[in-house]
Amino acid sequence: MSKDKSLVQIALYAALIAALGLIPPIPFVTGIPITAQTLGVMLAGIMLGPWRGALAMALFMFVVALGAPLLAGGRGGLGVFVGPTAGFAIGFPFAAFATGYMALWLKRLPVFPASLCAAIFGGILVLYLFGITGFKLISGRDWLDATLIMAVFIPGDLVKAVIAAGVAQAVIKGLPGAVQTRS
Amino acid sequence: MISLYIAQKSWLHRLSAGIKLLFLAAISLLLYPVEQPSVLLLFLIATLLAYATVGYAALRQLLALKTLLPLFALIFLLQWWSVGFAPAALLVMRMLTLILLANLITLTTRMDDMMDAVMPLFAPLRLLKIETRRIAFAVTLLIRFIPVLMAVVNHLLDAWKARGGGRKLWRLVIPLTIQSIRLSDSVAEALAARGGISSPLTQDQLHQKGSFR
Repeated sequence: MSKDKSLVQIALYAALIAALGLIPPIPFVTGIPITAQTLGVMLAGIMLGPWRGALAMALFMFVVALGAPLLAGGRGGLGVFVGPTAGFAIGFPFAAFATGYMALWLKRLPVFPASLCAAIFGGILVLYLFGITGFKLISGRDWLDATLIMAVFIPGDLVKAVIAAGVAQAVIKGLPGAVQTRS
Repeated sequence: MISLYIAQKSWLHRLSAGIKLLFLAAISLLLYPVEQPSVLLLFLIATLLAYATVGYAALRQLLALKTLLPLFALIFLLQWWSVGFAPAALLVMRMLTLILLANLITLTTRMDDMMDAVMPLFAPLRLLKIETRRIAFAVTLLIRFIPVLMAVVNHLLDAWKARGGGRKLWRLVIPLTIQSIRLSDSVAEALAARGGISSPLTQDQLHQKGSFR
């Protein structure tokens, strides 16, 4: 694939993640609404592969830092990177990379289970590693507390991992060749 | 253009983006060792006053931060319970001051200026044979296509409502993804037809449109 074409893909995918922020949050059993946007992190890795997925997320967060209110709920600007959830913001590109890497590694498995494992590994395990570390550094809580506070979001994210896998499977059916960890 | 920037004049608008960013970095380092609640309270009040000097529009933006309140309340209560009131107040005030200051810089700096201020940081990438112009192009492209994809989302949401709604809202992500992949293919073709990113034709068009504003 030409360099220009991958750059266009990275930019358009970052725009897709911004658009996902528009889908209304779905209230979830734990009382915490889940937004479609973090689903985009998992999908970035699965759809674009580790490098381009990470670059798409990095580009997205860069433009958020420049002052575009692209995060779900209209948040954005530099404040995102100094708040208690800064670790998640910084972790997005790494999470997308880990998801893409895992998806490539499991490419011999059927799409659904491979994408599910990849999304759980990158979009939850790796992302929370960054998120919890950031929360701990900023709030001064110890590891256990920081983990317990953040754990309330994990059930919602598990649902998202299942959705990400379902979307990957459907996209492959609708547009073969579009899921790049599969070609 | 979608941006948090408030288009008006104030002393903060006149300061250069680079100076504001350096100031933010300096303050964040300065605030960490502060242990007296009174000093932090002073910083917090000074920050709020700075919002007031920018004007009504800036003060109204303070309301936009209310989504963070539950998390702050949770941190405060937990910290109060485990280490006491004073350290809890210190922590929350420090976080609030930093977020408010960072947000104020975002509100008073145009995205173009912010971009120009941080582009020199990408210069080392030239050693890796990455043109910084490509980064600028990617940013422009992203900003240009956000409204396009948002329109796609709104169409899909309308269609979903017209079909009577239902619980499987997440399924909209599938056509959205497929449409953005198709769109990206046609944009890439259009770009190739103009001779690619570094061709004079593409660069001319970018500059004529005033990049992203």
